[in-house]
Amino acid sequence: MKQSAISVSGLTKIYGERKAVDDANFEVPVGSICGFVGPNGSGKTTTIRMLLGLISPSNGTGTVLGEDIREPEKYLPRVGAMIEGPAFYPALSGAENLRVLASLGGFPISRVPELLAKVGLADRGKSKYKTYSLGMKQRLGIAAALLPNPELLILDEPTNGLDPSGIQEIRELLRDLSSAGTTVFVSSHLLSELEMICDHLVMLRLGKVIFTGVTHELLASQEPIIVAKPEYEVDLNKLVKLVQEAGHIVTVIESAVHIKALPEWASTLNRLAFDAGITLQSLSPVLPTLEETFFEMTGADE
Amino acid sequence: MINVVIAELRKLRRPTLLLSTLATVTALSGLFTSLVFLRINSGGNTRRGETVTALQLSQETGLMYGFKLVGVFLGLVALCVFASQTAQEYTYGTLRNLLVRQPSRMKILLGKLISMKIFAILMVIFAGAVSIALSYLLAGRAKVSTTKWGTSHALHLLGQTSLNLLIATICYGLLGMILGLLFRSPISAISIGVLWSLILENILGAVISSTMKWLPAANFSNIGEGGSAAASYQHSLLVSALYIFGGGTLVAILFKRRDVAN
Repeated sequence: MKQSAISVSGLTKIYGERKAVDDANFEVPVGSICGFVGPNGSGKTTTIRMLLGLISPSNGTGTVLGEDIREPEKYLPRVGAMIEGPAFYPALSGAENLRVLASLGGFPISRVPELLAKVGLADRGKSKYKTYSLGMKQRLGIAAALLPNPELLILDEPTNGLDPSGIQEIRELLRDLSSAGTTVFVSSHLLSELEMICDHLVMLRLGKVIFTGVTHELLASQEPIIVAKPEYEVDLNKLVKLVQEAGHIVTVIESAVHIKALPEWASTLNRLAFDAGITLQSLSPVLPTLEETFFEMTGADE
Repeated sequence: MINVVIAELRKLRRPTLLLSTLATVTALSGLFTSLVFLRINSGGNTRRGETVTALQLSQETGLMYGFKLVGVFLGLVALCVFASQTAQEYTYGTLRNLLVRQPSRMKILLGKLISMKIFAILMVIFAGAVSIALSYLLAGRAKVSTTKWGTSHALHLLGQTSLNLLIATICYGLLGMILGLLFRSPISAISIGVLWSLILENILGAVISSTMKWLPAANFSNIGEGGSAAASYQHSLLVSALYIFGGGTLVAILFKRRDVAN
């Protein structure tokens, strides 16, 4: 079994009578890119803050890079993090902000220009932070998280404010880091992005973990859909009746029918349609996307 | 610990903060020292309308009059700087970055304290240098003899005054830091600190004069003065130490235990 970069058991945080995180249990394998998803207020940031020693858990245990989360000084020098968006000193330049954090963590100052270049801020390092756009602030936050050359990188919404090319750059950066052995634990609203890069997922709802495991296993466990489109729209009702008679649930979306059935049933449908004199223009088994799965599991619109 | 001090000094040395603080200190020191010498024949050239004559200024203590006058204002500048540097970590949300890079909260607190003390030392030295330079510059015009200012006793007194002013400035700064950690907002911490030190204590003292002996800012200022008839230097040191120790312990416990949720 792969070693865990993060492992929590029964992790709970209670504020008054509200459980922000409720008995969370999950593991993040070393070297993986693990997505952390859940609707707003589901406890993602609280969990991340507990992992970083900023908030003490009310109950439960956890380890980060093999060390107890109650002793963050033992593992934080090997962890890079950006929590709830970037936060820096507005009157200092981007480079000076990084130097402050490098000095604090005892990391070489010489890493600062290299990291600014890595996140595409080489030519704006001397500008004051307060003059940065949201995307530039986000990039600086990622650069700060990379300062320790981390074994574990924890990013909370790293693509906020980035344009499509910026998002692609961050995706490639995370892949490169993962290939080099860094474990990445990333929360994002952009589920399609997470689906593209994450091999593991932790899904939260109302403070509870509702899924933890391999991304493709989650998607494969979802009920597949067959989408069939008749050549002539007049055959649509006939096709719907045919599918219903075969005992499947069917929905009409635009001029196609969406059938809840295993992919193998597509060939049977093809035969049935042919026998009924319906010509199909297209017939394709489709697996639900992470976004569809997320909405189904959390029942939330994020 | 040294890493925290270096990181904090990087923040304190930023031109907008450093230059504006030094400009304020220069202006205050210059103003008060000039008043002492330029109004020497007009009367009321020092605190509360008292007059210091040319003869008094020609003594070994002559160099200290202007410097001492600026003392309470150095304290208030320190209060503002210490309070804002501490509370802004909450308002900017940068405290979480600091704690991720240095998880020991006590090291963060002590590192901040040391770096701000260094800043206070710089302020006092700068204020002293401006005051001394102006005193020499204006002595001739005010017909004040400077021959006794260079004696070893005069230099000893100057050193003592500088040390007292430094202690007073640091006490005010620590009050600012305590308020910054308590209120977690620079505006609240500074306004409460300045309001208390400049207005509320004086109102309390005017209503019940005996309270002045026990109020924090009055005792900090009294340390800067080297003691007074109302309260001895040792008394003020002790009372100030108790305030700083009590307030410091309270905020250190809060800082260590409080969740960083912003």
